[in-house]
Amino acid sequence: MRRIVSLLLENESGALSRVIGLFAQRGYNIETLTVAPTEDRTLSRLTLTTQASDDQIEQITKQLNKLIEVVKLVDLTEGEHVERELMLIKVRAGPERAEVKRTADIFRGQIVDVSPDTYTIQLAGTSEKLDAFIRALAVTAVLEVVRTGVSGVSRGDRILAI
Amino acid sequence: MLSGADILIRSLQEENVEHVFGYPGGAVLHIYDALFKQNRIQHLLVRHEQAATHMADGYARATGRPGVVLVTSGPGATNAITGIATAYMDSIPMVIISGQVQSHLIGTDSFQETDMVGISRPIVKHSFLVKSAEDIAEAIKKAFYIATTGRPGPVVVDIPKDITNPMDLVPFEYPEQLTMRSYNPATRGHPRQIKKAVAMMMAAERPMIYAGGGVIQGNASEQLSRLTRMLGFPVTLTLMGLGAFPGTDKQFLGMLGMHGTFEANNAMHHCDLLLAIGARFDDRVTNTISKFCPHASIIHVDIDPASISKNVVADVPIVGPVEWVLNEMLTEVDAKLPERTDKQQRMLKEWWAQIEGWRRQECLKVVPSKDGKTIKPQQVIQALYRHTEGKAIVTSDVGQHQMFAAQYYAFDKPRKWINSGGLGTMGFGLPAAMGIQIAYPQEQVVCVTGEGSIQMNIQELSTCSQYGLPIKIINVNNRALGMVKQWQDMQYEGRHSHSYMDSLPDFIGLAEAYGHVGFQVTELSQLDDVLERALAMTDRLVFVDVLVDPEEHVYPMHVAPNGSMRDMWLKKGVRT
Ligand SMILES: Cc1ncc(C[n+]2csc(CCOP(=O)(O)OP(=O)(O)O)c2C)c(N)n1
Ligand SMILES: [Mg+2]
Repeated sequence: MRRIVSLLLENESGALSRVIGLFAQRGYNIETLTVAPTEDRTLSRLTLTTQASDDQIEQITKQLNKLIEVVKLVDLTEGEHVERELMLIKVRAGPERAEVKRTADIFRGQIVDVSPDTYTIQLAGTSEKLDAFIRALAVTAVLEVVRTGVSGVSRGDRILAI
Repeated sequence: MLSGADILIRSLQEENVEHVFGYPGGAVLHIYDALFKQNRIQHLLVRHEQAATHMADGYARATGRPGVVLVTSGPGATNAITGIATAYMDSIPMVIISGQVQSHLIGTDSFQETDMVGISRPIVKHSFLVKSAEDIAEAIKKAFYIATTGRPGPVVVDIPKDITNPMDLVPFEYPEQLTMRSYNPATRGHPRQIKKAVAMMMAAERPMIYAGGGVIQGNASEQLSRLTRMLGFPVTLTLMGLGAFPGTDKQFLGMLGMHGTFEANNAMHHCDLLLAIGARFDDRVTNTISKFCPHASIIHVDIDPASISKNVVADVPIVGPVEWVLNEMLTEVDAKLPERTDKQQRMLKEWWAQIEGWRRQECLKVVPSKDGKTIKPQQVIQALYRHTEGKAIVTSDVGQHQMFAAQYYAFDKPRKWINSGGLGTMGFGLPAAMGIQIAYPQEQVVCVTGEGSIQMNIQELSTCSQYGLPIKIINVNNRALGMVKQWQDMQYEGRHSHSYMDSLPDFIGLAEAYGHVGFQVTELSQLDDVLERALAMTDRLVFVDVLVDPEEHVYPMHVAPNGSMRDMWLKKGVRT
């Protein structure tokens, strides 16, 4: 099952490599990973997605918690949550320009750069939505895809903070 | 105002460090100079950095205090890796200070540069790359705190040379207190879980206690013994747990696992309640996990939440320091014991009767050789036990001799049996014994080794001469990498691919060359006499080379793959 694990990490050099190293060392997979400092500069927020059974995710979260630099951690997939991924996609925009534009509108994508032959479209949403958009662009050639990986937050009052 | 090097030494003194095991080199020269100018900390110079780590490790295992290692950058640091991994696998508190190249050279492939924090990352509890002299004191404080609390483990502190420069002085103040928002090891267990566990213990018909190294590390042997006796339950110990409960006590069923006793492994298989304390359900214990303890509810007490339900799902997990949890259990058991019904008492009696039946198998009975001369390796351990009256601190290397030592030397007290269980590091035994002898100059320290293992750190005989360490080395010499050969006998139709030790040195001459005493034993009739003489030489290192039967196997041995705990080979060609 797909899991989204989000954690607060000491914003120190080497901390990120411990998280990634743990996954490699224990044979867990990472599908996506995003990390950036939070409003508190001493902390980074790291979000990753992985495929894991209930038992596996229990081990993963326990092992992550054991890392000295992991301050707090949540498995977002345990409760209701909002997840978003941002994609920048560059496509050929020749005779099918209008069709591409229409598709982008339907998905609420924005065209953020234009050249005589290309469109660069920005799209945010769940990973499935981004996948669906790529499929819908079958009319044209996709030149480049850049995805940020998933970040997310619990719904309602639940927060991940110290 | 102090230099970074002086700050480091002062910080170690603040941590009450008395001994540092190490080896100098370019990146740590400032530190060695600072060491030279003081006399509160004794530095012990090894002949190979791996030995420094094992010495510190043995020191820590025997005393419960953290071992401290000092090595230079590059090759010094990489030589320490095996020892760090050994300590990590057995959760031993250790602080390793490694020199690093100057800060401005880091990342340039400079002379003797290696990314120590990176290389050691998967085998440390934590590590620090210290950035400035001002940060040294806090890093050391944190390193000791992390290494010794919670589930202990090795911590690396990597220190670039420039920040230890004697010309650069900065203020020094050792931090009184530490606050680490991201590290809060459990200080107590969950009272409701403990109550629940005790209720299950009272209702159990075939209870079993399975305890490991965590009981020794957590200084809870006393509590374990009291609890076991109060309950009247059978108890087994892991390889790492030997000594946590008296090995000569009737309630002790012997070690469990791959080379565990018939009675311990059978009792594990048939129990209906398993109380696991400070043990981690290692694959060398459980055999095939899906067949492990098929009838049991499992209570698991451990300081490390990640150890619980990692391999075997626990019905009642209790995270907390074992000492604290067992104290609570004792109180609760004391209150509940009178409520135990006649039926339960009868069931327990029947359970013991069944166990006594397994015991009658006498799985560890030693069959002397037919010729009456050839020494069986088991007899060496039995004789050692007799002559030391079970009171020695025994280290071992890895292989058959290690298993024989674990099976035939009954340890009545914790911290007397010192071996590399998790990593299984050949070469551990001698340096570990050295570290222990440093900590306890008056104690009898014996290293049980094999002719394969001893050669992995034999150079330390030189260190032993330098510091006058009167260790007794018992070389159980079967002229073979015995454990490897045993597996080849059992699984590879006797094809002994590279399991022979050809061209063995003259161990007696070797010991003498280093200034020690060497004895050789070739026949059973000499064994007692030589051991007695060797052990009587309390101020000398004696190397006793005992030629034993090279054909001997370690039994019992789990049947693998796909066996359960009760599936064992009992002797050559005979299985359950
Ligand atoms: C550093 C290291 N290398 C390899 C092994 C694999 N190994 C386990 S036991 C063993 C044989 C040990 O031989 P010896 O020390 O003579 O002990 P014996 O089994 O003969 O008693 C080997 C090679 C190991 N445990 N450690
Ligand atoms: Mg051998």
